[in-house]
Amino acid sequence: MLTDITIGQFFPGTSVLHRMDPRAKLLLLIVLMAAIFIFDTPGGYTALTGLALALIFLSGVPASMYFRSLRPLWWILAFTFLIHLCATPGEVFFRFWIFDMTKEGLSRGFFLCLRLTLLILFSSLLTFTTSPLSLTDGMERLLRPLKAVGVPAHELAMMMTIALRFVPTLIEETDTIVKAQQSRGADFSTGNVLKRVRHLVPILVPLFISSFRRADELATAMEARCYRGGEGRTRMKELHVGGVDYAAAGVTALLLAAMGAMKAAGV
Amino acid sequence: MPIELKGVSYTYMKGTPFERMALRDVSLTIADGSLTAIAGHTGSGKSTLVQHLNGLLHPTQGEVLIDGVNLAGKKKEAVLARRKVGMVFQYPEQQLFEETVAADIAFGPRNLELPEDEIERRVRAAMEFVQLDYESYRDVTPFKLSGGQMRRVAIAGVLALEPQYLVLDEPTAGLDPQAREELLRRITDLHRKKKLTIIFVSHNMQDIARMAERVVFMHDGRILIDAPPSEAFFADEKMKEAGLAAPPTVALLSRLRQNGLLVEADAFTAEEAAKRIAKAIRKKEGTAC
Repeated sequence: MLTDITIGQFFPGTSVLHRMDPRAKLLLLIVLMAAIFIFDTPGGYTALTGLALALIFLSGVPASMYFRSLRPLWWILAFTFLIHLCATPGEVFFRFWIFDMTKEGLSRGFFLCLRLTLLILFSSLLTFTTSPLSLTDGMERLLRPLKAVGVPAHELAMMMTIALRFVPTLIEETDTIVKAQQSRGADFSTGNVLKRVRHLVPILVPLFISSFRRADELATAMEARCYRGGEGRTRMKELHVGGVDYAAAGVTALLLAAMGAMKAAGV
Repeated sequence: MPIELKGVSYTYMKGTPFERMALRDVSLTIADGSLTAIAGHTGSGKSTLVQHLNGLLHPTQGEVLIDGVNLAGKKKEAVLARRKVGMVFQYPEQQLFEETVAADIAFGPRNLELPEDEIERRVRAAMEFVQLDYESYRDVTPFKLSGGQMRRVAIAGVLALEPQYLVLDEPTAGLDPQAREELLRRITDLHRKKKLTIIFVSHNMQDIARMAERVVFMHDGRILIDAPPSEAFFADEKMKEAGLAAPPTVALLSRLRQNGLLVEADAFTAEEAAKRIAKAIRKKEGTAC
């Protein structure tokens, strides 16, 4: 069912991660993602995996939800692993038909999959614990210095907020339209590709019509409330960098230093 | 043969923190040829309930039987049983997509792979029934019609499937009073003339009181009251629990009764209510003289 999608979903809560400033979370996410690529040693990955597990525990979101976020990636992970297992030259430990599986391939495949998994987990940690609204707020503030070179920070953030706001609405609407057409005997799950694409017309046409109508109404409503872009706009909730954020930055810095040392020592 | 719900429960987003139980152990039998209304507050489970009636949702627990066939089955039998139930969603005009009125109404019959002449017959019949002239409207694009007309096209699209049971989810929402009267008359006609079994969801107590033979009030995923309108509206405590108000005529007559006028309170139209009051006053004056 369409309404059962959990990717990119926000889980309200009061954990340490929920209380962090969105800007701090965004910046630390970027740092951690870079770290995944830079500190590619067994020691570094052990540390990052440990961090990911600790944060998942801290977030208070059920661990099963993180598994769900990995589910769409399952095939890519399996494929990456197999390709590396069979295509890396080195010491062969198992031979099957034309495939030579090597020990080097085994470790490379494993590390690449771990890298992908970590990337997804860290991003999920951000989206699960940050409401879309504060996420775009954080982005706007981070992009503000770029205004000097002509980046429309506020407008970009507003567009993202609106887009995110309407995702659930559109999902719900698609769900209703699908059900309505199903009730009229439409069949979306059989037939070849061409047929299936044609079957989408009864869903897409009503969906586009209502999206245009919504866009129009929203624009009118915003104008009626004197929206004129970001110039001179104040906010009800100001963002605050607090103790939690400094602590998180400190922990991350320590971890980075440790991983750097491990890499230098060749662990 | 009737529609039977046996101990149906349904949970949305099962297995996530957003899990929400929308139906709790609902059992209901809807007899052939009846006209049943379902009412309840937003979130009481009425939309979830009606979506079970043609297999769009399958119960997490319990079963739904149409003419004795379980809708959750995978066999051809279950597919055919689902087709017996026509479903008109809220704001059905939002599901229109074809270039012409006739093509949109023909979408359903075409999915049933009927021969062309049968499709045309059904489209004609359905349009006639919702009072859209076949010759003048068949080649019109549905998006140029008025809201009321679009809704009639959408309902015709469901009627063209020639269902035995018709489920309507708030069929009159957002219509102007005239279009609403007209549509309700059409629905009553479907029931009387075509002998369709009709189940409709409504917030309008007056409509329910006037049309339905039986009312089912939902509250918090359960059936709170299941009775004919003449009884249901007088279950004051339960109505209050469900956050529902009796129709204005019943409320007015009940207040008059409380204030000492001996009037019968079971009137569901303004005319009827006026007659009851006139009768009561005449009686009172008669005794006074």
